[in-house]
Amino acid sequence: MDLIELKDIYKTYHIGDMDVPVLKGVSLRIAKGELIALMGSSGSGKSTLMNILGCLDRPTSGEYWLNQREVGQLSADERALLRNRTMGFVFQSFNLLPRASALENVSMPLSYATGNISDREARKRAVEILTRVGLKERIDHEPSQLSGGQQQRVAIARALINRPPVLFADEPTGNLDSHTSGEVLKMFQQLNQEDGITIILVTHDPLVAKHARRVIRICDGLILGDSESSCEQPGEKTGEQTARVGDLSESAPGGA
Amino acid sequence: MKILRTIRTALQALQRNPMRAMLTTLGIVIGVGAVIAMMEIGKGSSSAVQKSIASMGANTILILPGTAASGGISFGAGSVMNLTPMDYEAIVRECPSVRSAAPVVRARTQVVYGNRNWVPSSISGTTPSLLDVRDWTNLAEGEAFSDRDVLNANKVCMLGQSLVRELFQGESPVGKEIRIKNVSFRVVGVLTAKGANMMGSDQDDILLAPWTTIKYRVTGSPLASTNQSSSSETSSTVNSLSQLYPGGKMSLYPVQSVTQAADSPMPVRFTNIDQIMAAAVSTEEIPAAIKQITEVLRERHRIRGDEADDFNVRDMTEMTKTLSATTALMTNLLLSVALISLVVGGVGIMNIMLVSVTERTREIGLRMAVGARARDILRQFLVESVVLCLVGGGVGILLGHGGSKLVEWLLHWPVENSPTAIAAAVIVSAGVGIIFGYYPAWRASRLDPIEALRYE
Repeated sequence: MDLIELKDIYKTYHIGDMDVPVLKGVSLRIAKGELIALMGSSGSGKSTLMNILGCLDRPTSGEYWLNQREVGQLSADERALLRNRTMGFVFQSFNLLPRASALENVSMPLSYATGNISDREARKRAVEILTRVGLKERIDHEPSQLSGGQQQRVAIARALINRPPVLFADEPTGNLDSHTSGEVLKMFQQLNQEDGITIILVTHDPLVAKHARRVIRICDGLILGDSESSCEQPGEKTGEQTARVGDLSESAPGGA
Repeated sequence: MKILRTIRTALQALQRNPMRAMLTTLGIVIGVGAVIAMMEIGKGSSSAVQKSIASMGANTILILPGTAASGGISFGAGSVMNLTPMDYEAIVRECPSVRSAAPVVRARTQVVYGNRNWVPSSISGTTPSLLDVRDWTNLAEGEAFSDRDVLNANKVCMLGQSLVRELFQGESPVGKEIRIKNVSFRVVGVLTAKGANMMGSDQDDILLAPWTTIKYRVTGSPLASTNQSSSSETSSTVNSLSQLYPGGKMSLYPVQSVTQAADSPMPVRFTNIDQIMAAAVSTEEIPAAIKQITEVLRERHRIRGDEADDFNVRDMTEMTKTLSATTALMTNLLLSVALISLVVGGVGIMNIMLVSVTERTREIGLRMAVGARARDILRQFLVESVVLCLVGGGVGILLGHGGSKLVEWLLHWPVENSPTAIAAAVIVSAGVGIIFGYYPAWRASRLDPIEALRYE
């Protein structure tokens, strides 16, 4: 059963009198339990697509079915509720609350959850998830006391606190060195395999995309390619992608 | 439950930047502190001013006997002698709005000390309660005569400052003997200076003595022959030694015989007083006090429903008006000062909250991304500013109260606690938090999560 289905999604921004089309008819199906990389250079529309997938934005036209439910035209409050229940977000710049402990950061989304979760329960869940991402010893540390990789792991824990079926990661390794990037990506793979969480990685880095089983490439608001790949055997297409990215003068950092 | 969590979130958010939170609150702290201090000091001075106006006699009610008329000729107020000491006692006993009352017996005659003499503008026979009625309880020297002195018609007196100056010339008068109409009085106390009254007559040119002494020993109406027709100031009775030192036991009111009581349904008026001075509990109580006094006296004087009063009750309307005008002025002045400082504090809160919203744009974006609805964000920022204002208000109350106590201690200004000001400060600071926190909170809630997350 498809978890996500996009049917002919258009998104046009109005800047002054000009219409700027960003997405020009994107159709997409994502099954439950997939690990997908959404690739594209900057300005390709991948962020816009992610915003629409993540229910942060509404498409201008087209249908977005999530769990057999049309969610494309929900109101802002309904989308907020949907995000809270079914989605987790990991960002490039971590977006942790400064001067709040890892525990507080992780349990923050719970305060917007609809079900009444007691403080003890919230703490228990946060500790559990922090243990899961290997930060058991650092639950009382503030972001400034954590390394980049640790901060991103706190962010992942925060994204998982509401046990969402879908996790969006927007350039999750953009601010990390290659070693910690590998660790974080491994964690995504692990979550995908062990917990069956559908993960959508947005990236322009082919090395990151390599970790995904399926790569969707987007260029100029259209899906250019949709391929199954695996980290074990990077096929020819990966090489092509690298070339393409190179053409668009977006060199991959740390790629060698 | 939900709101508790919101409050905790707000507290955590504030804790994250304690310096800014403190500076933000400072506006409210100073505002509320100023309000409380102003209110307490202002109320203190206001009641001090009111008290001094009241001490000029604003709360005083004067009860005079009625008018006598004979053959179409009226003799003016006070020409009937129908006020009795018992009337005075009844007023004290039965009128709850009357703080205290005193009978007054007047005399105008020469006072002699050594080789000096003087005719004070008023020689009043009264009871010690007159000092209370006229707000004159602080004595410059010595002490007041007592109720026992009144009962025993003791020859003691208190002098006003002008009289002391005229007779004693710098000497301390306490314990000295002066003579009034050849009756020797011991000076027991000296009154504080009160100055001239509103009409310009010197209030310090006065001698106070027990009314019984003035009535029976000075104005010369011996008890034996007390009746209304003979008791007049111009009586030419010579005081004999036996009257100066009466051997027999004196009773204030001759006891009615059984036959007398049975014969006359009207109480026999054995002795009269010239006027009764009463003080109302407060300025607002004056009309009630007048009503009660009128009722008591009408009943005592056996006046039927539609008959005219045989006495006059007067109050100091002019002074009362001044008093209430002053009070209103003071209250309005304080209120406007309070409002201005709170508005300034509120603008400070709004300013910092707007900065805070801008600074925390990404946090807002994140909260929205993880499922905070616009109203959650609105509530969070609103609660933050209300918490700031309430904490500021609390600190401000302590500071303002401490400040006013300090002023009282160092400068000896009159200060009065004001629970209303404190309650108002709490309500107003919460109100300021809501009103001035609403716009920044609304701005925060209207942010687009995508834009907010990308904000640098």
